[in-house]
Amino acid sequence: MARATDAAPHGTADVAIVGGGIMGCSVALRLAEAGMRVVVIDRGGIGGGASGVNAGTLSLQIKRLSLMPYAIRAAEHWAEMSARLGADVKFRQSGGLNLAFTEAEEAQLVTDMTARREAGLPISFLDLPAARAREPGLSDHVRRASFCPLDGYSNPSLTGRAFRKALTARGVAMIEHDPVLGIEAGDGGYTLRLQSGNVRARRLVLAAGAWTRASVLQLGVDLPIGARVNQMMVTERAPALMNGVLGHISGLMSLKQSDNGTIIIGGGWQGEGAVGEPGRPVMDNLTNNLRFATLAMPALAPLRIVRTWYGYDGFVPDFLPVVGVLPWLREAYVIACVRGGYTIGPCMGDLLAASILGEEPALPLFDPARVATRVNTPVPA
Amino acid sequence: MCADLTADLVVLGGGPAGGHAALAASGAGLDVVLVDEGAAPGGQVWRAPGVAVSNHAALGPDHRAGEALRAALTASKVRVLAGHRAWLLQAGFTVHAAAADGAARLQAPALLLAPGTTERVIPFPGWTLPGVMGLAGATALLKGNRMLPGRKVVVAGAGPLLVAVAASILKGGGTVAAVVDLGSMPEWLRGVPAMLGRPDLILRGLGWRALLLRHGVPYLTRHAVLRAEGDNGVASVTVAPVDGDGAFEPGGNARRFEVDALLVGHGLVPASEAARSLGARHLHVPALGGWVPELDGLGRSSIAGLYIAGDGAGVRGAAAAALAGAQAGLAVAHDLGRIDAARHTAEQAPLAARVARAARFGRAMAALVRIRPGLIAAIPPEATICRCEDVTRAEIEAAFDEGARQIGQLKAWTRCGMGPCQGRFCGPTIEALAAQRGIAAEAFGPMVARPPLRPMPIGTLTGDFDPAALTLPPSLPSS
Repeated sequence: MARATDAAPHGTADVAIVGGGIMGCSVALRLAEAGMRVVVIDRGGIGGGASGVNAGTLSLQIKRLSLMPYAIRAAEHWAEMSARLGADVKFRQSGGLNLAFTEAEEAQLVTDMTARREAGLPISFLDLPAARAREPGLSDHVRRASFCPLDGYSNPSLTGRAFRKALTARGVAMIEHDPVLGIEAGDGGYTLRLQSGNVRARRLVLAAGAWTRASVLQLGVDLPIGARVNQMMVTERAPALMNGVLGHISGLMSLKQSDNGTIIIGGGWQGEGAVGEPGRPVMDNLTNNLRFATLAMPALAPLRIVRTWYGYDGFVPDFLPVVGVLPWLREAYVIACVRGGYTIGPCMGDLLAASILGEEPALPLFDPARVATRVNTPVPA
Repeated sequence: MCADLTADLVVLGGGPAGGHAALAASGAGLDVVLVDEGAAPGGQVWRAPGVAVSNHAALGPDHRAGEALRAALTASKVRVLAGHRAWLLQAGFTVHAAAADGAARLQAPALLLAPGTTERVIPFPGWTLPGVMGLAGATALLKGNRMLPGRKVVVAGAGPLLVAVAASILKGGGTVAAVVDLGSMPEWLRGVPAMLGRPDLILRGLGWRALLLRHGVPYLTRHAVLRAEGDNGVASVTVAPVDGDGAFEPGGNARRFEVDALLVGHGLVPASEAARSLGARHLHVPALGGWVPELDGLGRSSIAGLYIAGDGAGVRGAAAAALAGAQAGLAVAHDLGRIDAARHTAEQAPLAARVARAARFGRAMAALVRIRPGLIAAIPPEATICRCEDVTRAEIEAAFDEGARQIGQLKAWTRCGMGPCQGRFCGPTIEALAAQRGIAAEAFGPMVARPPLRPMPIGTLTGDFDPAALTLPPSLPSS
């Protein structure tokens, strides 16, 4: 692990990236491959925040329609992720089902998924027997399902380790367990003050997930980033019960069985807590999350939950990503609030890196200026 | 069915600390609910015998202390909720518990935790074989069910439980092939001055040693288990001499015993997960067994209204736990305004001196079970460290080599601590492996305590429900 004082032994780094999640690491990877001297700084370990503790579902059909082109590109990134990083992130393109239980949900499923098909995502509609052919444990509550063969999952716990290894191999300096205490602009670059010393860089990328607002405020810019407290649960190991990932048209279900047999239950049900502290359950949400899951898969009922946990997911009021140049500053960028960020992050990071390298990104970015406001005084951490 | 109960104080854990906390608080006029996982209060040391156990007289002084506690609880106004597992604690305080026949939600302005300990077992090849059991697990079988863990056993590890378990095996008609103690006779003798305050316990210990002598049981000091072997379960145990640090002596004379059980334990670790799940501040104090809550002298934690007593707050032994429980119970009554300062001071006074004496004894015992770095270093690469997830030492060392510096990283990278025990068993070993790399426990951290505190069946958590009545929160934008 590098210390700040030897992060850029030859002077100023080309770019400092605050936040070593999947966004920051994806940007770092591309920039390092292009020959830039990159330093990644994280308050914890690389990949230890939301990127490491999300449910790991890589479902394309549950993503927002407006993000479809990004999700489809991201699936290509994921397919080559283990090879590119030189470490197994347990990517499985298992295919996935999105379920409807009621008549109204079925109508919405057809509307929403037809729109996604028109946007280029391969989708087919299945009645219950056809859905059961893929997922035999489905209950009678299922009226209809959409199937996407590109859906899958990977293991978020391993992603940070894999990126860390790949970035190290490409000469990226990584400073972990060292929160940024202050950032100052000036002299054609930025100075980041850490506990272990200062880091200087010509460019700055803020990729700190739900922590991004605090980082940006240090530069006198406010982004109205809130945090959702997403609840996840996992069972003990179970015999084979599931083949792929399961969602529900409401977006409130994420179910899959991992390679080791545990079943991971998510779906964006909310806990409570403040960014930086372990999240806490909201009892009704915990109970109803499980109830909703057993409506789809009754065989879950006897399995034991061994752990619940929470990830902080940043968002802005329009629930669209914030990816691009930070206004009022020179060569400062932000990448945050990518809903479904674990899935789409590798694509977004690549696009932002292209833009930093002066290339025209293959898809448009999401201009932070639409939500940014200037604050008079930079707010220290 | 979910029973809703409110009280002045909820006590979790009905062992010496929790039981006496409940009695003291109830005696001072509080409405107390005592929740325990077992079929009856008593905890581990004062465990209630199962229904099949008829000859209670043979069970000894711990049994009598347990019977006295159970009788006192029955005679008191304490509401005992036996057979209930608390799985989620919420600030303020709400305790969610589950039983075989339903769930309970308890609310109280004060919560007292008396969770006891988890046994530490330093891994060696074969420690996950069937027939290898912790000393505490063996004690539970012997006390609760009067069941012998094996017909011919080796008892190994460190601390005062060794002779206690070996003696119980002999009394139950089993054979003890050897007692294998990391400690040396001089180490035991160093504890004697502190033990003089408890002549009853010294006498009991000497009685056990005499029994071992009469049965001709070899007592091997400065020895440790090198490996356990067997096809379907443990069939033999090989032990070898170690130095004072627990390192195997080069060229030491290994001895092999044919057995059908190996009972092994290297000390007790405070079960701090419940208190940590509420965010109480903790300190790492090796002499007390590991991570312990930051408390004032009367069991008050860093969170107002949260009290912690007994070995779960630092291992000092059952006698000290009972007294600390009483102290904390009185403190709750005082803090809730049920007894005034004068009465509180008067009732605490006689407890303070006794708890100090009892704790001295407990500390002397704790010194015997200190983690010996040589024994940690001797764990071979292929040995399983996390038995829930089958993570070997080699995998853990590889993660350290790659730069993992916090327990959370170790867990994510190797899956250690992700199984049903949630790191209660492997956590202390991993911490000791980190220490060997010079990583301080404070920087490494304990595993984050996350609910449920015990594995909970999904069906128990959902209960019976009407799918049509299930209300969903609003969805996020889809277009």
